[in-house]
Amino acid sequence: MNSILEVQNLNAMFGSNLAVKDISLGFEANTVTAIIGPSGCGKSTFIRCLNRLHEEVPDASAKGRVLLEGSDIYATGVDPVMIRRKIGMVFQKPNPFPSLSVFDNVVAGLKLAGVRNRSILSEVTERSLKLAALWDEVKDKLNAPGTSLSGGQQQRLCIARALAVEPTVLLMDEPTSALDPISTAKIEELMVGLKQKVTIVIVTHNMQQAARISNRTAFFLLGELVEFGETSRVFTAPSEIRTEHYITGRFG
Amino acid sequence: MMERHFDVSLRDLKEQLVSMAGSVERAIENATEALTARDRSKIENVYELEKKVNQAHINIDDACVKLLALQQPLAADLRLIVAVLKINTDLERMGDQAVNIAHNTERYINDLPLKPLIDLPVMFIEARHMVREAIDSFVRRDMQLARAVMLRDDRVDALKNKIFRDVLDHIKASPDQIEQGLSLILIARNLERIGDHATNIAEDVIFAITGEDVRHSPRPESIKEALKP
Repeated sequence: MNSILEVQNLNAMFGSNLAVKDISLGFEANTVTAIIGPSGCGKSTFIRCLNRLHEEVPDASAKGRVLLEGSDIYATGVDPVMIRRKIGMVFQKPNPFPSLSVFDNVVAGLKLAGVRNRSILSEVTERSLKLAALWDEVKDKLNAPGTSLSGGQQQRLCIARALAVEPTVLLMDEPTSALDPISTAKIEELMVGLKQKVTIVIVTHNMQQAARISNRTAFFLLGELVEFGETSRVFTAPSEIRTEHYITGRFG
Repeated sequence: MMERHFDVSLRDLKEQLVSMAGSVERAIENATEALTARDRSKIENVYELEKKVNQAHINIDDACVKLLALQQPLAADLRLIVAVLKINTDLERMGDQAVNIAHNTERYINDLPLKPLIDLPVMFIEARHMVREAIDSFVRRDMQLARAVMLRDDRVDALKNKIFRDVLDHIKASPDQIEQGLSLILIARNLERIGDHATNIAEDVIFAITGEDVRHSPRPESIKEALKP
């Protein structure tokens, strides 16, 4: 397999508490990988290690290698901010910058990077909003506050903001769990289309969502990777009994 | 392990299927007796049982569609419901074949017997066992029994071929009995089809248990040889 992002023996700790245990797996370019597992199994911690967000939590640390196109993002001298431009993230709750307009939300990352050219910023805004399937709904209110949009639109705005800096990988941590079914369906459609451009890793509690949109599925339990394989196989004939019990709702 | 409400629905679905299979078995049994004992009253029973089978066919499909829509089952749950849908169809077709046997028997016993029946009663027993064992393998999730059903089908096929040859020899010798011969050939053919449906069920049982699709794959020659009549 040709992995664009390769995780090798990753361990993540909160203080002395080991939350992610020796995980190795690879993400293939232009695919969607779903990470499933019960609450507290380490899946969010795991993806937060993939763009070095985990270490921002006081007392948290990570060990192991995460290779983005062959280079270890944990190597000495690597700037985490640069990594986060290449490996973007969308969170569970839509979090547009509250004081910024729709337009400024989308280009916030570019502006931070020093891009000032108005026509470039406009072009990136339109392209990113179109990629996020939001353009038609907001093209006439680019100057309205980002927070004036509906929840589903705000989440797509956050996706547009992540896409504006042209990341290689997009991490999504339960991106639709706070949204209604129509907004959820829009974002799912979006992800399937987006994988042409970026490699997507999504944490989800919604089994049907994982089944609908992902190419491969990883099942985590108690910080360990129990099973990783083609989604169509994992959901019809999982090879591990613990996966079977989880996806058929028999844990208890 | 936690029992889910869904498990109760699944159990109910299995019970419906087992009861349907019971009707199919009785239909075959009645068809057998109608032919071997030349008992016309048994033919009526076959028609009555087939009505029950048809009603169960509709009810089980309906229950499966509801479970798929409302529970969105995955993994073994999904495989089980897919298997039930297919087994349901096979059982219904078996019921139709029992009716066909009843029609052909009705015609046959209107006239004098062509010959003493030797292989056909054996074939009836084999076919009924296949139905019973196929359903048992489903209920008990018994892979080995399911595989045994698949092998038994070769035996039923061989019996059918033998009956075809014997009856053909008979009607060649006495062409005025072509219609009687044809009825027996059709009954052998109906029983062979019942065996095929039981084989399908056994294959679906293996799929439900393991996720493996064993249809259209060759069976070991050695066992085939050992089972020849």
